[in-house]
Amino acid sequence: MTKDPQKLDEQDIRDLAVGCTVLAGGGGGDPRIGLLMALNAVRRTGPVPLRVLDSLDPDSLVIAASMIGAPTVMVEKIPNGNEGDVIRAAFEARLDRPVAALMPVEMGGINGVLPVAWAAQTGLPLVDGDLMGRAFPELQMCTPHLYDIPSWPCVIVDERSQVLTFEPSDNVWMERLARNAVSTLGGCACAGLYPMSARTAATPLIRGTVSRAVQIGRTIRTATDDPFRALDAQLDLYPLLTGKVVDVDRRTAGGFVRGSAVIEGIEHDAGRLVRIEFQNENLVAMEDGEALATVPDIITLLDRHSAHGIVTEHIRYGQRVVVGVFRAPDQWRTERGLATVGPRAFGYDLDYVPVEDRHARVG
Amino acid sequence: MPGSVDLRIGIDVGGTNTDAVVLDSANRLLAKHKTPTTPDLTSGITAALEVVLGQVDQPTERITHVMLGTTHATNAILEHRDLLKVAVLRIGAPATLSIPPFSDWPDELRQVVSAGEAVVPGGSEVTGRPLAAFQRDEVARFLEKVAGRAEAVAISGVFSPVSGEHEHLAEQVVREVLGTEIPVSLSQGIGALGLLERENACILNAALVGVAHKVVHGLTTALARNGIDAVAFLTQNDGTLMGLDYVLRFPVLTIGSGPANSMRGACYLADVADAVVVDVGGTSSDVGMLINGFPRESSTPTDIGGVRTNFRMPDLVAIAVGGGTKVTGTPDDVVVGPESVGYRLRDEALVFGGSTPTLSDAAVAGGRAAFGDAGAVAGREDLLRAALAKADELLFVATDQIKTARGPVPLVAVGGGSVILPDEIPGVARIVRPEHYDVANAIGAATASVSGQVDKVFELAGRDRQEVIDLACAAARDEAISAGADPAAVEIVEVEEVPMAYLTTPVVRVRVKAAGPLGRM
Repeated sequence: MTKDPQKLDEQDIRDLAVGCTVLAGGGGGDPRIGLLMALNAVRRTGPVPLRVLDSLDPDSLVIAASMIGAPTVMVEKIPNGNEGDVIRAAFEARLDRPVAALMPVEMGGINGVLPVAWAAQTGLPLVDGDLMGRAFPELQMCTPHLYDIPSWPCVIVDERSQVLTFEPSDNVWMERLARNAVSTLGGCACAGLYPMSARTAATPLIRGTVSRAVQIGRTIRTATDDPFRALDAQLDLYPLLTGKVVDVDRRTAGGFVRGSAVIEGIEHDAGRLVRIEFQNENLVAMEDGEALATVPDIITLLDRHSAHGIVTEHIRYGQRVVVGVFRAPDQWRTERGLATVGPRAFGYDLDYVPVEDRHARVG
Repeated sequence: MPGSVDLRIGIDVGGTNTDAVVLDSANRLLAKHKTPTTPDLTSGITAALEVVLGQVDQPTERITHVMLGTTHATNAILEHRDLLKVAVLRIGAPATLSIPPFSDWPDELRQVVSAGEAVVPGGSEVTGRPLAAFQRDEVARFLEKVAGRAEAVAISGVFSPVSGEHEHLAEQVVREVLGTEIPVSLSQGIGALGLLERENACILNAALVGVAHKVVHGLTTALARNGIDAVAFLTQNDGTLMGLDYVLRFPVLTIGSGPANSMRGACYLADVADAVVVDVGGTSSDVGMLINGFPRESSTPTDIGGVRTNFRMPDLVAIAVGGGTKVTGTPDDVVVGPESVGYRLRDEALVFGGSTPTLSDAAVAGGRAAFGDAGAVAGREDLLRAALAKADELLFVATDQIKTARGPVPLVAVGGGSVILPDEIPGVARIVRPEHYDVANAIGAATASVSGQVDKVFELAGRDRQEVIDLACAAARDEAISAGADPAAVEIVEVEEVPMAYLTTPVVRVRVKAAGPLGRM
């Protein structure tokens, strides 16, 4: 493409939002609020510079940023837009050094796009990478956790520019304090967390995920023929099955959307039956009692026609879908990574088998 | 004689045809008429009324109710016609400033509709606590700025479905600054949760008030010309009735009433409560789902003229399969639509002496229909057979998509083009082809019931869920009765409970709809 790959413009941001629905693996929710915030911000400030981590001074400070709390609240109580500045000022006051760049915590839903809005507003560049490489339901399911890098000091801000700084003793306290703070602030808020030097971030950072999500969105948008063929060729998509949703069992429990969907094969997959189990994100794909794919590989239901990712809340009977899988980032494929986000971490007595060992790509 | 229900007239003004029917109090069809829609609403309705009144040959005093369904509001938005200039006030600062009003509107429509916009402090938290203090002076300053330009005002507050107090306070300021005449729309009565979509629906509603006045005036004039002194209603997008004063306040709710009417008509004609309904017109088919006698509502945001809204709309799958749909290509590679000969079917189709193969020709060739000159399809049987198979496949996929679960359901076929439908569709238990299928939408309007709806967020605060749901049901029932439903026959037809995830205090969103037949006035 002829665009400057170093800057995210309006079209890139739209593509990023689509890419986030694909990489989210069913989780993350609707990115729309983050998308509109980012579009409005870059219309004022111009495109956002995207930086490779290694191009930053190793001693410079990078901060991850995300929304925290209930997405169902944020569709009403939309952020002010100045949260980036407030978070930056709070870290600079606390750590007495300038913030050099922001980065996303996860590549899914609103959180994949929101940091673009804050980068535009602060004038800071965005690091091309994140700390999940997809979406996951819990904050400790971030790569820094694998290397004992703390998420704090952590800053939570609200639309009134109120600031709370947390320096807890461990993750359990972090979770407990943050949950109460967010509740008191009205159900959702914005957070800056995982302050790291670029040198420290080099290990946990999952690189290139922002540009990868943009490329996924662009590939889907510009595909002249079959977007799945294009995704397969360019982005290593493993299409497991083309089918239609014939059953959905979904319930909300403990703040999570849990359940399963049964996909019946159509076209060249007629006669097959695949069951997807999810807890916010899709966790396993089963066929005839065997796992076709499991977390941490990214299992996504893609709309048969548009190739956009379908979030678990919106799966319904009759949808035509392609069950597609992307390889999990290498950080998650280590022993400790799998202990944190592998099938057993979600209660499945299954061994993780990398998707590429089980399936040949079509292309 | 006011005070009772005697003869009712149902009228449906569609894009192509205007249908009118007369039913008696036992819902027997006494007259029906179908005529091309005229550009002028008053003369079109007047003419349709004259014909059906002539058919029943009864004194006009016996007409007690008139129900009208029309696409005027939809067309006004799509064509940017007759829309009022709206002053858009959002109450939610310091939240929401990152996405100002109109952010996701097409530029052209925004220019037509906007008289200025402001985001002022206030609104509610999810708990009902104020988000920020309401500031009267800021509201007044904005209104003074748009005075003279604004023809209507749209007011949307953060979490107004939880607490609408600040919207009401702002309405008072509008009255003080801009007077008592200017139409004001509050978002709390229009949309559900999701500030941007609710605000969009509220803005469209305010912009449509002028169109609503035109439609109401057209209807009352047409009734007066025919000497009819009846209670008049419009149908809304859930297939129930709204009084004319309600139409002037909530015109946006008439959008989508066309498909809702045909689905309600199908429900009545076929005497089924749960079924797939296929309404086949000249250029396309709408496939919808009746649940408990009402159109299932869409759970995803609805796009109207490029604007995303979240108010209640029938869930539909539209496919380019109609009586006039053109058939091209070869038997091995047939193309069905999306072009259609539309209302020129009787000139252009093969069986009517024309030269364009259509799905109506395919239906005649396939033995599904018998009209025109069946011999005229000779030599094209293979192409038409392939076309019919393709149309059947499109219909099967659409039917399957609209169903909520596996297992066969009945299907009701209505609309002038429904003769092209097959006798068997996979996943369909039986196909019902009711009498008077061609005027199902006017019958849907005439048999429509009156409803009341509550869509609110409740903090449980010590109450159990059932208590909160009972509260919502009682409120919906009261609303239906005050809208004219028979108190003895009002039923709760829909209860939906949505727990809100990620919150520490239990909060639940409850949607309840009550509906019943027209009661004594």
